[in-house]
Amino acid sequence: MYYLEMNHIKKHFDDLEVLKDISLKVEEGQVVAIIGPSGSGKSTLLRCATMLERMDDGELIYLGEKAAWSENGASVYEKPGKLRELKRYYGLVFQNFNLFPHYSVMKNICDAPVRVQKRDKKEVTEQARMLLKKMGLADKENAYPYQLSGGQQQRVSIARALCMNPKILFFDEPTSALDPQLTGEILKVIKDLAAEHMTMVIVTHEMNFARNVADHIIFMENGVIVEEGEPETLFTSDNPRIKEFLGKFED
Amino acid sequence: MGLNQMLIKLAEGMGTSFWIFGITLLLSLPLGMFVAFGRMSKNTGIRGLTKIYISIMRGTPLMLQLMVVYFGPYYLFGVRISPFYRYIAVIIGFVLNYAAYFAEIYRSGIESMPVGQYEAAEILGYSKSQTFIHIILPQVIKRILPSVTNEVITLVKDTSLAFVIAVSEMFTTAKALASAQTSMIPYVAAGIFYYVFNFLVAWIMERLEKKLNYYR
Repeated sequence: MYYLEMNHIKKHFDDLEVLKDISLKVEEGQVVAIIGPSGSGKSTLLRCATMLERMDDGELIYLGEKAAWSENGASVYEKPGKLRELKRYYGLVFQNFNLFPHYSVMKNICDAPVRVQKRDKKEVTEQARMLLKKMGLADKENAYPYQLSGGQQQRVSIARALCMNPKILFFDEPTSALDPQLTGEILKVIKDLAAEHMTMVIVTHEMNFARNVADHIIFMENGVIVEEGEPETLFTSDNPRIKEFLGKFED
Repeated sequence: MGLNQMLIKLAEGMGTSFWIFGITLLLSLPLGMFVAFGRMSKNTGIRGLTKIYISIMRGTPLMLQLMVVYFGPYYLFGVRISPFYRYIAVIIGFVLNYAAYFAEIYRSGIESMPVGQYEAAEILGYSKSQTFIHIILPQVIKRILPSVTNEVITLVKDTSLAFVIAVSEMFTTAKALASAQTSMIPYVAAGIFYYVFNFLVAWIMERLEKKLNYYR
């Protein structure tokens, strides 16, 4: 059984076809990196997977349970109640963190597990402390987001996502708002999660990172998957578009 | 009439002003929220009606609105109005007017919230109402507090408009005393009253803003 299956996804904004028949599968414990030039549809694909955006057509399946399927060339989504259940399977780390500024670090992490998942506050607080320690932020639980650096904020947001105990964690360009030094902090955290076999789908512009951490890389351009495969295969591909794209990053 | 007696009379008017001020705030602050939701509704009918309502409330003088609410039932429907009705009319007039202004302030605050806050809440599984109450509203309140302060201060001064339907608030009393006693003192006292009242309002609101300054 796949943790995530997306089949024949199509999405357009006005006249612009952003996703043209995209399919991908993610297995348990797999780390999938999605790379490609800006405007290739990577983020839209992630937003469709996390249901922040509705697909026009295609199938979306989490752990064998259908969130949406295709009927007469259009996606049909499950009832809101069922979708809410399926949403428990995944978390998302945003490019610009989106922490709640009026909540302390601790409350940012614990509020949803307690309020939404109705879990025991003590147990959640313990888990949050453990996660913060893992993120190297044990001393920051009472700080407010504005008092933290971008890298620290992003680590809090990763802890917030993890505290919901998701099966899959999505990352939407998690380091694009950070300078190189802070980027390193975040990449290390994600690498550690990969070592723990956390299932992850990461949209990224960090080519070396993708090569080192991902099990599977998808190269997208103009709304289609140009090529996908193991990192070494993809990074040594003969496809001129991929060569050109990767070449730009080496400069 | 001595100064003392004048001040006692003025104090009675002051009580009425306080009373109009308090009840108007108490009712128009929450009502404004409903109006704001109407103004932002996806339903074009509700949105259109709310827009017209706000447009009228902002586009005509409050003094005229008070007169319409007070005299309207008689002239439009031939209903006999009791003297006590003026106290209800003054509240209806003020609340309807101020709810419209507050609604626009709420709307500006709600629409200024970054979409990322909604998206983060959605991913974390918050329901729509949980998102609004726990994530959006507290941040909106912080953002709109300066505009609300402005409006509250205007309300203090606007209570003097109740004189058009002969509700004897502070200013009505001051005017009557001034002409009866041919003295400027009631006006001076009224001026001081409004100033001190607003000074207090500004002080309280400033404290509130400081309290919300624990985050940025």
